[in-house]
Amino acid sequence: MGGTTELTDVTRDEASLRRFLHGLPGVDAVGIEQRSAGLATRSIKKASKLWAIDTAISMVDLTTLEGADTPGKVRTLCAKARQPEPGIPPVAAVCVYPDMVATAKDALGGAAVNIASVATAFPSGRSSLKVKITDTEYAIAAGATEVDMVIDRGAFLSGRYGQVFDEIRTIKAVCGDVHLKVILETGELATYDNVRRASWLGLLAGGDFIKTSTGKVSPAATLPVTNLMLQAVRDWHEVTGQHRGVKPAGGIRTTKDAIRHLVAVREVAGEAWLTPDLFRFGASSLLNDLLMQRRTQLDGHYSGPDYVSVD
Amino acid sequence: MTWEYAPAPESAAIANLKPSYRMFVDGEFVEGAGEPLKSVNPATEEVLAEVSTASAADVDRAVKAARRAHDKTWGRMPGAERAKYIYRIARMVAERARELAVLESLDNGKPIKEARDTDVPTAAAHFFYHAGWADKLDYAGLGPDPRPLGVAGQVIPWNFPLLMASWKIAPALACGNTVVLKPAETTPLTALVLAEIIQQAELPPGVVNIIPGAGDVGAELVNHPGVNKVAFTGSTEVGKVIQSALAGTGKKLTLELGGKAANIVFDDAPLDQAVEGIVNGIFFNQGHVCCAGSRLLLQESIAEEFLAKLHARVSTLRVGDPLDKNTDVGAINSRDQLTKIQDLVASGEQEGAERWSSPCPLPDKGFYFAPTVFANVTQSMRIAREEIFGPVLSVLTFRTPAEALAKANNTPYGLSAGVWTEKGSRILWMADRLRAGVVWANTFNRFDPTAPFGGYQESGFGREGGRAGLEAYLDV
Repeated sequence: MGGTTELTDVTRDEASLRRFLHGLPGVDAVGIEQRSAGLATRSIKKASKLWAIDTAISMVDLTTLEGADTPGKVRTLCAKARQPEPGIPPVAAVCVYPDMVATAKDALGGAAVNIASVATAFPSGRSSLKVKITDTEYAIAAGATEVDMVIDRGAFLSGRYGQVFDEIRTIKAVCGDVHLKVILETGELATYDNVRRASWLGLLAGGDFIKTSTGKVSPAATLPVTNLMLQAVRDWHEVTGQHRGVKPAGGIRTTKDAIRHLVAVREVAGEAWLTPDLFRFGASSLLNDLLMQRRTQLDGHYSGPDYVSVD
Repeated sequence: MTWEYAPAPESAAIANLKPSYRMFVDGEFVEGAGEPLKSVNPATEEVLAEVSTASAADVDRAVKAARRAHDKTWGRMPGAERAKYIYRIARMVAERARELAVLESLDNGKPIKEARDTDVPTAAAHFFYHAGWADKLDYAGLGPDPRPLGVAGQVIPWNFPLLMASWKIAPALACGNTVVLKPAETTPLTALVLAEIIQQAELPPGVVNIIPGAGDVGAELVNHPGVNKVAFTGSTEVGKVIQSALAGTGKKLTLELGGKAANIVFDDAPLDQAVEGIVNGIFFNQGHVCCAGSRLLLQESIAEEFLAKLHARVSTLRVGDPLDKNTDVGAINSRDQLTKIQDLVASGEQEGAERWSSPCPLPDKGFYFAPTVFANVTQSMRIAREEIFGPVLSVLTFRTPAEALAKANNTPYGLSAGVWTEKGSRILWMADRLRAGVVWANTFNRFDPTAPFGGYQESGFGREGGRAGLEAYLDV
């Protein structure tokens, strides 16, 4: 795949970008699903399980993205994010709509929790670039430290890769130091080949993270898709030396599922990615299951859902 | 950050290991008159159990029992009735899957996840599949009213002990034959538990007989005049001896022998999945697979990039305790086999191939060999020509499809091959021309009872599995 200089060349114009993306090795669906199913059979027990649970908690982007979100709901979410349970360190971030960022900032009150805001006409991305820029600026001005943007899937599927690339670039420029996650919405891209191309597009355009889904489309995060995106950041690291992150979002509700993803992180990308700086879970109900399973590990018996807070 | 997986061992107690096992003749477990053998756990070098073996007289008794069973009951039984028995065996294998998997892992050294996810379920699948054929043989396209052959003498290897036994017994029974089967000397235990299942399934006495022992028992069996059909899976060397011994006897013969399969990766392949397929092709079951993809033919234009990916992936393979659920590569089946692998690897180094072995830690005890990849291998080297039957991959390069084909076919074997390309037309072009019984496209080592399996040239003849596999057990 060549070095960094060649990568600058591939984004020079639409034609080069298309040639590069279409020149990426294909993905065999049967093969990647078989490999993912194989990784899912890893048996994680005892100390390694507890480590995985604690690490997964630290990687959660605790999310609420509802039309019905209210300041009260967001404040509750933030309280849970700061202290999932007495004695447990905070999660990585809360993830909210732009108009809830200010409430979240206030509720977090300087705690070591990032504020991620979805932006760019989330979840469909169907608006003008101007609106998307304004949306992003609004979120950042309100205190977002991370922006989760959506790509224009319509542009991608009609082959206008340059447009998708430019849009990510533009939002990245608006973000500056603010962490940018690029949502591919893999459920709408449909094929693994598309997921690989979109992953590279997101990385080439400067996304700090590539993220599977909005959570509004089914299927959302699946193990083979996460696996494929982990391959992309691993390959990216090999070419450029840079570490970029992956965030599966939507559909990961159980500890078992989260651990399967961590196994994929370890065995596909490598141990360097086992940190909230490079891997996140976009989730809401996952956190409580992690807390319950954590107790089960420590107490030696299952306690039940009434022993974790429902927020 | 480091995250080590805690040991996740399956309990050895599940295997219900007994201190001694006896042979199964005429519906009963009896002491054999041969010298008892000790089956060793290759992961610890400890003796698992003592197993009685057959003498020449025992072989004769087993063959006669099989003859009686064939003439009096099994051969005359309506297919629909035979099917009931075979379905019962299938269900009982599935019910005792966990016990069989652990026992297989202990006796053979293979990782529990393979015994659990491949060997045992596929063994049950072979009984289920063939049970379905028992009353439909008239419609198998082999002519009207196909008849059983009589007594089948079957000799199987140590790499998939239970699976090979099922693979051999199921079609024989479905077609109305009776069986005398000799499991491999180093791995007799699961076949004897299968005998227990067969007894509990109330098969008429003598329909299946299982007689452990070494090569001499196998020779006694295949040369016994009361045997109508011989099926052998094992080395090409022994296969040749059997074939010449059987010449002119009128016995029907199928041989499934060695291999030196080419796994061919073109530059337009799905590379990450090709890496997986290569790894699976050669490191599955420690490479103790006759159809293992032991030669990687790599298009020269991607060789460097691909080898780097391959090394990285092989480095993540976990080698060790076969009973640990996270073990990817287990123990080599015996000291003899380990020595053979070491010799061939030494020859590869001497002949100038570039050796790379996984830096994985190996247990102190037991027979282990680190997954190894040889680069810069040429067709003339021993490691490119001889079957290693271990976790050792030889990498050769090619420039054009025609050259890939020529190199792939340049072997006296011809059991399997793999083709990796996203181009459908190329898959068809290659599959047409590869001299191999099985050609996998963008996958490898997939087994299914519905698919016939077998080789060309020195990999043997006859097919096992599928409709074609029935012919080997029928007089048509």
